[in-house]
Amino acid sequence: MLLPWFAGSYALSVATLILYFAYTGQAWNVMMGFAGQLSLGHALYVGVGGYAAGALFYHYGIGPWAGLWLAILLCVALGLAIGFLAFRFGISGVYFALLTIAFAEFTRIGFDHLDWLGGPGGMFLKVAQRDSIDLLNFRGPPAMYYYSMLFLTVIAFVLCALLLRSRAGYYWQAIRENEEAAQALGINTFRWKMLAVAISSAMTAVSGVFFAFYYNNLFPEQIFHISRSIEIILGPIIGGIGTLFGPILGAVVLTLLSDGITEGLAAMGWEIPGIKQVFYGLVLLAVIMFLPNGIWPPLARRLGFHK
Amino acid sequence: MSFDLVANVVIAGVLTGLVYGLMALGLSVIFGVVRVVNFAHGEMMTIAMYATTVLFAALKLDPFLSILPVAAAFFAFGYAMQAGFINPFITRPEHSQFMLLVAVAIVMVNALLLIFGPAARNVQVDYQLESFEIGRILIDKARLYSAGAAVVAALGLFAFFRYSLTGKAIRACADNYMGARVVGLNVKKLYALTFGLGSICVAVAGCAMVLLVDVTPPLGPYYTLLAFVIVIVGGLGSMGGALLGGVLIGVSEALAGLFIAPSAKSMFSFGLLILVLLFRPQGLLGRKP
Repeated sequence: MLLPWFAGSYALSVATLILYFAYTGQAWNVMMGFAGQLSLGHALYVGVGGYAAGALFYHYGIGPWAGLWLAILLCVALGLAIGFLAFRFGISGVYFALLTIAFAEFTRIGFDHLDWLGGPGGMFLKVAQRDSIDLLNFRGPPAMYYYSMLFLTVIAFVLCALLLRSRAGYYWQAIRENEEAAQALGINTFRWKMLAVAISSAMTAVSGVFFAFYYNNLFPEQIFHISRSIEIILGPIIGGIGTLFGPILGAVVLTLLSDGITEGLAAMGWEIPGIKQVFYGLVLLAVIMFLPNGIWPPLARRLGFHK
Repeated sequence: MSFDLVANVVIAGVLTGLVYGLMALGLSVIFGVVRVVNFAHGEMMTIAMYATTVLFAALKLDPFLSILPVAAAFFAFGYAMQAGFINPFITRPEHSQFMLLVAVAIVMVNALLLIFGPAARNVQVDYQLESFEIGRILIDKARLYSAGAAVVAALGLFAFFRYSLTGKAIRACADNYMGARVVGLNVKKLYALTFGLGSICVAVAGCAMVLLVDVTPPLGPYYTLLAFVIVIVGGLGSMGGALLGGVLIGVSEALAGLFIAPSAKSMFSFGLLILVLLFRPQGLLGRKP
């Protein structure tokens, strides 16, 4: 909470990144962790959300508060369209996951050929000033971005906690555990899965808007790429899928791990391209092999929390 | 746009597509039996391609002769990977398997970057510049030989599954896991064998592909996606479907590169994938699940 007062700008940017992944991971967790629908294309919503708000600002000077609604609207529409097509045609499991990849990749290559949005050369938002806080245009010092991300993460946590204990949450978990049994109990699985997709894509759209105005540049190759989708989902999976603390814990662990490896290698003078990711991959491999449910569930048991 | 040009491009697309098809065949066989989607498939393909360039640089070994040592090494590697890493995961949920193979893929692609650097590598043999002329149609020799190697390997695999006792046992595991165990098959060992066979497909495809394109580390994730597209279009788990899917994608990529823009070529593949998933989710030659 008080971090910006004593942390340097580097630590602050790392903290912002952690919160960004915690929030986006929470959004993805609604769809996969709660309702059991594996999306491997969440970068699609980050990208479309970012480009929607970014384009309004870039072309018409319309600020991010209006852009946010457009971003959410577009992402929910897109999510519902994909969900409708997939769930109506009975696509699930691996096939659903591959369909989400296909849509994200299709969009990535499409955006590469949209000159209005900058094409492969990217779209750059004007950075007006960094000194004073201009909430209306979402421009300001790094601390402002940190606090907005903190705010979003807290909101998402509360929202997910409420959702998990709501009727929808129980229906989702029933669908996740056994869709046929849920259907046999009279749950309209189609409708509840669509709701999960809508909430998840709306939340991810907000990440996209944040991304656009925090980094001020958008490249299709970067924002829609499948490695971005993987980045988003690593946190919740490592932290503990379907739990409330999992996405947050996973984001902290992975971001610090990635940073720690970078610094450790730099200290030893091993700065060869690729070496950092090799270590990162090996640690991921170890975690997934030895902690199949993620870090949070065993940790919670150790700490004496219920589940 | 002359007819000859289009015909040449289509033929080249079919031939490249057969090599794609062999790569995807490996993915399809592994998924069909083990029920695990190999998210490191394209990365394995690039490892085979790099291995071929190394053998060529060190020993002047022709890529088609490299097939033997590379395929043998890949069989052992695939067998070990399934036995050591993936077998404990076969009863775990899909996202867990996915993470495992993504982690393997991250290690592979970056290990290649670490060892070989970002610059493109290739092999240069004299027949790469030669071609057969049939009337006004030109067929690259290297492309034809590569497609030939892919077809031979695919036929070998078909024959193995159809006629050999081990192949039949593997098919039994794919059809009915419980039943296979009841009749006393060592399912885990057969799974490892299957992963080894799938890896051989990748190895042969990699050795052949290195004659057609330069290899860089980022090619790995690209091939993984390409292999997914192909097997879904053809039918995940269907062997003929993988080859058909490969040819379709090869031709569509080639035509999109000719008529629209080379950079837009994979958009058509993904578009085709979306259409197939929606209207025939089991793939063109797949059976209804």
